Amino acid sequence: MIASMRAELLRLRKWPATWVIIGIWLTLNVMFGYVFDYLNYREAVGGGDRRVADALLGQLSLVGVPSTMVAGLPMFGGALVVILAALATGSGYGWSTWRTVFTQGPRRLSALGGTLLALGVVVATVATLTLVTDLAASAIVMGATSQDLVWPGLGALAEGLGGALLIVATWTAGGALIGIVARSPALSVGLGLVWLLVVENLLRGVATLLGPLEAVTNVLPGSAAGSLAGAIGAPTAIETGGAPGVLTVLSGTQAIALLVAYLVAFVVLASLLMTRRDA
Amino acid sequence: MNEPIVVTDGLTKRYGRHAAVDAVSLTVRRGEIYGFLGPNGAGKTTTLRMLVGLIRPTSGSARVLGGRPGDPAVLRRIGALIEGPGFYPYLSGRDNLRVLARYNRLDGTAVEQALEQVDLSARGGDPFKSYSLGMKQRLGVAAALLGDPDLLILDEPTNGLDPNGMADMRELVSRLAASGRTVLLSSHLLGEVQQACDRVGVIAGGRLLTESTVADLRGASSLFVRAEPVADAERVISSVLGPVEVHRTGDDGLQVAAGPARNPELVRAMVQAGIEVHEIRSAERSLEEVFFEMTAEPAATHTPEEEMAR
Repeated sequence: MIASMRAELLRLRKWPATWVIIGIWLTLNVMFGYVFDYLNYREAVGGGDRRVADALLGQLSLVGVPSTMVAGLPMFGGALVVILAALATGSGYGWSTWRTVFTQGPRRLSALGGTLLALGVVVATVATLTLVTDLAASAIVMGATSQDLVWPGLGALAEGLGGALLIVATWTAGGALIGIVARSPALSVGLGLVWLLVVENLLRGVATLLGPLEAVTNVLPGSAAGSLAGAIGAPTAIETGGAPGVLTVLSGTQAIALLVAYLVAFVVLASLLMTRRDA
Repeated sequence: MNEPIVVTDGLTKRYGRHAAVDAVSLTVRRGEIYGFLGPNGAGKTTTLRMLVGLIRPTSGSARVLGGRPGDPAVLRRIGALIEGPGFYPYLSGRDNLRVLARYNRLDGTAVEQALEQVDLSARGGDPFKSYSLGMKQRLGVAAALLGDPDLLILDEPTNGLDPNGMADMRELVSRLAASGRTVLLSSHLLGEVQQACDRVGVIAGGRLLTESTVADLRGASSLFVRAEPVADAERVISSVLGPVEVHRTGDDGLQVAAGPARNPELVRAMVQAGIEVHEIRSAERSLEEVFFEMTAEPAATHTPEEEMAR
């Protein structure tokens, strides 16, 4: 499986799509997490609205980094890693590279395991880069606003990074699974995005009118990811104008348990399909 | 040479009611070039996919290099190019092979050797998507060569190539076979198989129609004679060769069941008997004629039920 992971890392590293997706995410993250909030802050200061300015400054501060870094992950970051993972597994069918790999000799489970591990390395790198760029962006804003640099505690940083890792890992496994189910990059990316951006939101909308449905929508993968971000401190979209996808319907512990369950289920399903199905 | 390294017994793959491969029992022996011959859609690729474990047979069994098809230990001793080359388009040819080499725990030398063997070293750094079809196929063969396999399974390696590309590929295959490897080569091109292969299996409609050497398949050679008067010629030939078969052909020629070694003797006898000899040549059946005779039948014998299903 380690040999397969090294093989997949080589081809993911040289794949322009990988870098495009990482670049888009890091840019979006800085724009929505810092640039727009900083501009809002300047406006609030100019307009004399001290209350709003202080709230924004709290989010922009270094102490706010753990919650800011996870705020965009349940929906936008999730969508991007779903695209990456679905492309990585789905295009193997379009290009027939799975077939080439399988005839080379690795066990199918090793080949898939190696692919998932390699994707894991990529998204873990993305999560770490997000933390680093957010710390840098926050430090710059603090400098620009002449604030003292108050660093967040290691525990808080670990919480943010751990939460980010779990959210992206679950969406990655989900994307990889859809790629294998659909056996096509285009269909799998489309289905993944429709689920993540449309279906979950629609269901949540319907659930507010239809009580019993709420029990179901609360345990969807997006709800779990959103609740974990909410538990880490990201402002929710509905109440406090935070990033879309951030929720507080589940406790942090429930959200973690549910995300782990989804992660395991996605990996098991993908493995079953990969090993049982004709290639 | 006679040790069987691929043996299938009643190998069958059904998709719904349609049998893509129907009870195929074939044997490939060590060191030979085995031609797997059949029209498009005959079941060649499906059979080969079963031999490398990409798909599971519905029934029947196969042993490859003494093991189960698809077993990792067996696959490491097989190199396969099935249904055309499948590579990452954005990677260079060399990087594509490096990825596969990593999957196989092989080092960079294996990659360079494989590129060298298919004459792609110079273009190894170019992206796969910029390759011509011939180069793509050759990279597919290079991937099959990684790990120095005992058995090469090449599925229509010349498919879609221009005459130059075909000649290159044919030359490559015979070079690879000369190095002692066993090659299982599928093709719908008879000339290719006739030139390259020791033995052939002919498949049509999912069924293996025959399995034999190319020479046996074409049958004993015969002579075609055109001489006047034809009746005298027939008499002289019969007296020289004894009781062999001599037939009149439609265009007043004679088909004689004898090898080309008897040519001088026959010509001398006919000339001495005052017969005018216009033409005498050996008339071997081409593999193509044999093939059409064989494959014409199953296509024409669909049961009414099958016709309905179509």
